[in-house]
Amino acid sequence: MNAVTESHVPGVERAFPIGGPILQLDAISLRFGGVHALTNISFDIREHEVRAIIGPNGAGKSSMLNVIGGLYTPQEGTIRFRGETLSNMTPGKAARMGIARTFQNIALFKRMTVLENIMAGRRLFTHASFLEVALQLPRARREELESREKAEEIIEFLEIQQIRKTQVSRLPYGLQKRVELGRALAAEPQILLLDEPMAGMNVEEKQDMCRFILDVNDHYGTTMVLIEHDMGVVMDISDRVVVLDYGKKIGDGPPDEVRNNKDVIDAYLGVAH
Amino acid sequence: MYYRQAGTYRTDYAQDMRLLPLKEDRILLGVVLLAAFAVIPFTASDYWLSAILIPWLCLSLVALGQNILMGYAGQLSLGAAGFMAAGAFACWNFMHRVDWMPFPVAVFLSGLIAAAIGIVFGLPSLRVRGLYLAVATLASQFFIVWVIDKFGWFKDYDSSGIITAKDIVIFGKSFTSPAEMYLVVLTITVVLTWAAMNMARGSVGRNWQAVRDMDVAAEVMGLSLLRTKLQAFAISSFYCGVGGALFAFTYLKSVEPAAFDINLSFRVLFMVLIGGLGTIIGSFYGAGFILLLPVFLNIFFHALFGKAVDATITSALEQVIFGVMIILFMIYEPLGLAKLWQNFQERMRRWPFKF
Repeated sequence: MNAVTESHVPGVERAFPIGGPILQLDAISLRFGGVHALTNISFDIREHEVRAIIGPNGAGKSSMLNVIGGLYTPQEGTIRFRGETLSNMTPGKAARMGIARTFQNIALFKRMTVLENIMAGRRLFTHASFLEVALQLPRARREELESREKAEEIIEFLEIQQIRKTQVSRLPYGLQKRVELGRALAAEPQILLLDEPMAGMNVEEKQDMCRFILDVNDHYGTTMVLIEHDMGVVMDISDRVVVLDYGKKIGDGPPDEVRNNKDVIDAYLGVAH
Repeated sequence: MYYRQAGTYRTDYAQDMRLLPLKEDRILLGVVLLAAFAVIPFTASDYWLSAILIPWLCLSLVALGQNILMGYAGQLSLGAAGFMAAGAFACWNFMHRVDWMPFPVAVFLSGLIAAAIGIVFGLPSLRVRGLYLAVATLASQFFIVWVIDKFGWFKDYDSSGIITAKDIVIFGKSFTSPAEMYLVVLTITVVLTWAAMNMARGSVGRNWQAVRDMDVAAEVMGLSLLRTKLQAFAISSFYCGVGGALFAFTYLKSVEPAAFDINLSFRVLFMVLIGGLGTIIGSFYGAGFILLLPVFLNIFFHALFGKAVDATITSALEQVIFGVMIILFMIYEPLGLAKLWQNFQERMRRWPFKF
């Protein structure tokens, strides 16, 4: 497949053309006792692309994302990040490699403000020890200021300036999702995993979220991996789609190709036996 | 009114991130500190200094430690008095065994000892949470006091069981009068409170709160739950240890395990709940409330009834009213005194308008 250089706006060059594979998953199998959540799944994620994982309920989409994010350890298979084989993945390791994520059920720090949530996302860029922070030594002050500046940049990007000092538990659902995206962005990730970013949103909120996802991809060049139920959204914004069903891969390719794949149609519409 | 946000312009982030962004607040703090350091030591009576202000400051520090652990890091703990005991006995031993050691150094070192013990007793927090963790931390309460009681070394084989606290000596100058002791306690309290405020509003505090609110998300961000929780336990125990050492040396003037019983742990817990979870200043309000309300009720009843009513009845009445006030308080403002004060400030901002 040739590198895609066209952006989502027809006729406009992509700022970050899609490159080679950044993450390669090879024959991943994940079991919980007797339940086979994922069976022998292989696909790759290319740098700077928007990659969607779709499938009916219980297909193993979230499990797949949790494997990439280091929350689950697969029994079989290998994951390679920029050609390097990863073993013993933990969430912390994934974070240090540049993988950030959002959650299906919003996992914000409820009693903190929007600004604090996003600044908390800068965890990997704050090195000052608690003593330096307690005594306000230069490094702590400098890092705090840098965190704030970066957080404000993200706040501006996501157009949430007016709520920056609001406690997140007071915000409507759509905005909370946006703040969670902001917190993930604060980590300056190379790969961003979005678990159903548009679940439970109305049309307007979905459009906003689509725009932000594409903007992030366009502006920061972040590789996006998203799980989504809304077919229209997925087909519109993603470069390539992986389709899972009952823990098996049944389709992989550009949206148009997947749309016409017989197995995929069968999985979604059901098939007469 | 007094609080005016309008007209306060902040032109860069550093200004917005100051400890007290409002000029009025900074002036208020200056006045309070000036009064505390320069006026109160010379005007307050010995009774006020040694029976009210000194224990209030000491217990505020302990409540602050408890608040860091419970309010910020969300780890329920019931061992505050145990760590106070550890701090008090460590301090006595340092001063007893190392003659030249200045009091502040001994206090600091005993805080470190309490912190080390806190880390050990914080280990269960990696496995259990909530009420179960509270029960696990109860172990520290009983274990520390038991160890001190059981092994004579900690009291240098003193047979009386109650050891008199040593005089506070800092570089040859002894601080023995209530006013002098008050100044020592006040200085330590102010410095440690400032440090706690910096931690709470900085990256350290955000990490604690992240663990409290959503530990999975915190872990995914690259935060080590182990380190963050143990750090909170260590810092909290440090504050409890320092508070306990000061409590024993400046208020009780004796060092005995019996003073640090489970009741004290519960009182510290109530101070945090009533003052306001997750607020630094709330620890001071809460300690004041729990400590001073009985005193004021007592004075009030004496003034009201004098000798006309039997003392046992008035003291029982005090207890009843104290309990009722706590219940009412928890119903009408579960977020504590700090929240009340915040509401008041917000109202003042738009006074005389309602909205």
